[in-house]
Amino acid sequence: MKTTEVKDFIEELLRAYPEKARKNRASHIAVKEAEPEVTAEDAGAPNCGTCAIKSNVKSIPGVMTARGCAYAGSKGVVWGPIRDMVHLSHGPVGCGYYSWSTRRNLAQGKPGVDNFVPFQFTSDFQEKDIVYGGAQKLEEICREIKTLFPEAKGISIQSECPIGLIGDDIEASAKAMQKELDLPVIPVRCEGFRGVSQSLGHHIANDSIRDHVLGKGKLPDPGPYDVAIIGDYNIGGDAWASRKIIEEMGLRVVAMWSGDGQIETMKQTHSVKINLIHCYRSMNYIARHMEEEYGIPWMEYNFFGPTKIEASVRAIAARFDGRIQENAEKVITKYKPAMEAVVSKYRPRLKGKRVMLYVGGLRPRHVIGAYEDLGMDIIGTGYEFGHADDYQRTLPQVGDGTVIYDDVSEYEMEELVRKLMPDLVASGIKEKYVFQKMGFAFRQMHSWDYSGPYHGYDGFPIFARDMDMAINSPTWKLVRAPWEKEAR
Amino acid sequence: MNTAEWINTVEYKELNFARKSLVINPTKACQPLGAFFCASGFEGTLPYEHGSQGCAAYFRNNLARHFREPFPAVSDSMTEDAAVFGGRANMTEGLRNAYEIYKPKMIAMCTSCMAEVIGEDLKAFISNAKDAGSVPKEFPVAAAHTPSFIGSHITGYDNMLLGIIKTLSEGRFKDGERNGKINIIPGFDAHVENIREIKRYMTMMGVPCTVLADNSDAFDSPLTGSYSMYHGKTTLEEAADSVNAVGTISIQAYAAPKTAKEFKTEYGQRVAEFNYPMGVAAFDKFLMGVSEITGRAIPDSIKEERGRAVDAATDAHPYFHGKRFSLFGDPDLMLGLVGFILEMGGEPVHIVSTNGTKKFANEMTALLATSPYGSSGRVYAGKDLWHMRSLLMTEPVDMLIGDSHGKYAARDAGIPHVRVGFPIVDRVNLHRYATLGYKGTVNLITWIANTFLEELDRKSDDAHFELLR
Repeated sequence: MKTTEVKDFIEELLRAYPEKARKNRASHIAVKEAEPEVTAEDAGAPNCGTCAIKSNVKSIPGVMTARGCAYAGSKGVVWGPIRDMVHLSHGPVGCGYYSWSTRRNLAQGKPGVDNFVPFQFTSDFQEKDIVYGGAQKLEEICREIKTLFPEAKGISIQSECPIGLIGDDIEASAKAMQKELDLPVIPVRCEGFRGVSQSLGHHIANDSIRDHVLGKGKLPDPGPYDVAIIGDYNIGGDAWASRKIIEEMGLRVVAMWSGDGQIETMKQTHSVKINLIHCYRSMNYIARHMEEEYGIPWMEYNFFGPTKIEASVRAIAARFDGRIQENAEKVITKYKPAMEAVVSKYRPRLKGKRVMLYVGGLRPRHVIGAYEDLGMDIIGTGYEFGHADDYQRTLPQVGDGTVIYDDVSEYEMEELVRKLMPDLVASGIKEKYVFQKMGFAFRQMHSWDYSGPYHGYDGFPIFARDMDMAINSPTWKLVRAPWEKEAR
Repeated sequence: MNTAEWINTVEYKELNFARKSLVINPTKACQPLGAFFCASGFEGTLPYEHGSQGCAAYFRNNLARHFREPFPAVSDSMTEDAAVFGGRANMTEGLRNAYEIYKPKMIAMCTSCMAEVIGEDLKAFISNAKDAGSVPKEFPVAAAHTPSFIGSHITGYDNMLLGIIKTLSEGRFKDGERNGKINIIPGFDAHVENIREIKRYMTMMGVPCTVLADNSDAFDSPLTGSYSMYHGKTTLEEAADSVNAVGTISIQAYAAPKTAKEFKTEYGQRVAEFNYPMGVAAFDKFLMGVSEITGRAIPDSIKEERGRAVDAATDAHPYFHGKRFSLFGDPDLMLGLVGFILEMGGEPVHIVSTNGTKKFANEMTALLATSPYGSSGRVYAGKDLWHMRSLLMTEPVDMLIGDSHGKYAARDAGIPHVRVGFPIVDRVNLHRYATLGYKGTVNLITWIANTFLEELDRKSDDAHFELLR
């Protein structure tokens, strides 16, 4: 399809909106056009030509955005996976209930003893708490946590909307409880009405970790090869697959942020040699802080698909000595045959298949390479809560004619899919069944559709199998009743 | 003793039950979830949440996960400025956008706790938005205040249903005239096939009925290669006319008390309320209730179905008799399940319902007292699944019944877990099976008995691994 045709179509679909909404949405959708190459080194430069896309601004009311809130970004994303702490959803019962074990952050440890990830701890606010405040209740809750979960290494207080509105001083309560219980008690101001999406919640969570966790511990035996994995939430075991590669390179993973994470090791992260960032969007803040405060460099990497893994392994190794660089080559050589086997099995089944992505965090750009390893083409991608720097990092990864959409509404996504007719839509649970009903193959790319891991050498064979399964499942042949004349 | 052992002890259980403020793994969600669920049952209706956008995302993904169905709904994305100045502008713009893009026949609006805490006036805002031309004057925007710090998802269901009926039926009540139909309120039921089952029984009895709200298609729509947003089966006209029905039957008394009361006191209807009538005896009572209100006899074809369910029950009774069960979930579901287990000769032991009230606890105690099999049963209203875990570890049972959230406690206790309720996110297609009616009874008997038998086969040694069970 010609770029001009797609652009005309976008203009056409936006006409369904009232004028104010149309103008707003028009600045969030674009088609990448042939332009002077934007190279990776230029990423971060402000000008990305005709593909400048507006992002990280308010969603307009009533449009069916897929976005969540600051609480989701803090409790759901950043804090929730830290396994040795109790994360209290502070306020009414709902927020904690809906985010209860739904993000698949796998963690070691015995639930209820030293792993508190698959739990919903809530202060279950009642009307009286709204009217009279919940400070006393919060303090009592902290004491009860200490009694019932003696191995918990800390408590985070994840604020829900009412907390900020009724003016509770959770900072004072946390301070008092930290002293009384001799346990880190961390107030987090991630009320859902703050900011425009999950994104501010990530930032708030990063800041609270900076203020209350980082630097509070000391690594007993710092070494020259110490690194931290930052921004891997261990969805379906992702962080374990990533860690395996990094360790095989001869590096020592001192801390995991925050998938399968522990507050004890996060406290010591300020003595690593370099921070390795997977999800830039949700954790660049803490990496930048460690750089400014402790002089620790950071770098982004991408462990989706063998091409990107190899490039990342080499780039990481380049930051260390010859020994690590040799190991890196060994690792690449070791896994090459297995990866080639995956490609030769699945590429013939998937070559030329066209994919539309709509996800959050790092995935709208990071998974592109993995699809390309399988011979698949990305024809559209976008972020739920991306910023300008995400789009700048994305443009070099996609070809001309790729449609880019920010905070796409369900209406827009539906229309775009109908027009572009991808072979696979890769997005979230709220989108999944819309497109499956339409007869499009679909994979959830937040939760890996209850599969995974997708990271690393362990993940790629599963990723390839899942994409093949989604597209080539014989169930799709059943959609049209044989007595009907035409397919979709 | 290490902590892992200690949390299984009676001492720990006592500490656990002594907690007053911390809630751990509750069996309840908040009001707007129920409001959204209810709204989806009406023709062309778009659920709309006035408040922060994150809540709407949560309701949508939680409903989509359980039913494996799309759940279209919007919010008006209130943020910091709305917290300060109020969300009137958000609603004016939100209604306009939602109406233009998604072309609903009705918008069903509920509130997030943000809107409730700052004291938003829904009716005035809607009226303002209509004045501003966001939606036509005659376009129905039903409203319900659904504060998440009061009640639970079942309260929200009730509030939204009442809001919708009040909005649609304005000026429609014809005192003294009846339309010959009955209203059926299913309540918050994760097994939407039940709605189709109940309607089938009504057809068999020749009873015209209006289901308020019929979301059976919204949560179980066919895959045909085309997608349409709205599958609510209760037409707006039927809902408007529901005030003129002969009577109203509420299938889950705790999920629609205000609406049931409204039909009784405001519209003079005969109202019969049930508690999720599972099993043969409870469903017998349900049908007799329908018969009494409508004057229609229960036909022989239903008697045949009943006979098959009784046959299934007697065939399977050895696998239930004397087995000890722990149950958790919404109050009506608990009353239904306990009645069913008692009639099968099983023993309900622990019954946990975080959104259960004192009234519910009394009703449950009375139900347990009706059968010798209920003598070891105890109800824990307002308690949660961490309490339940302590109970399972200190007073062991043979099976846990409840939604997917129970799987951790069941695993720790080493017992099988049959999934009934909301949410079921680790098994497929269960919402497509009825749990009510005689066929639903056969389903339940089958799931439970066969789960015990699977367990027996898995655990048997070679000598005891037999063909016949």
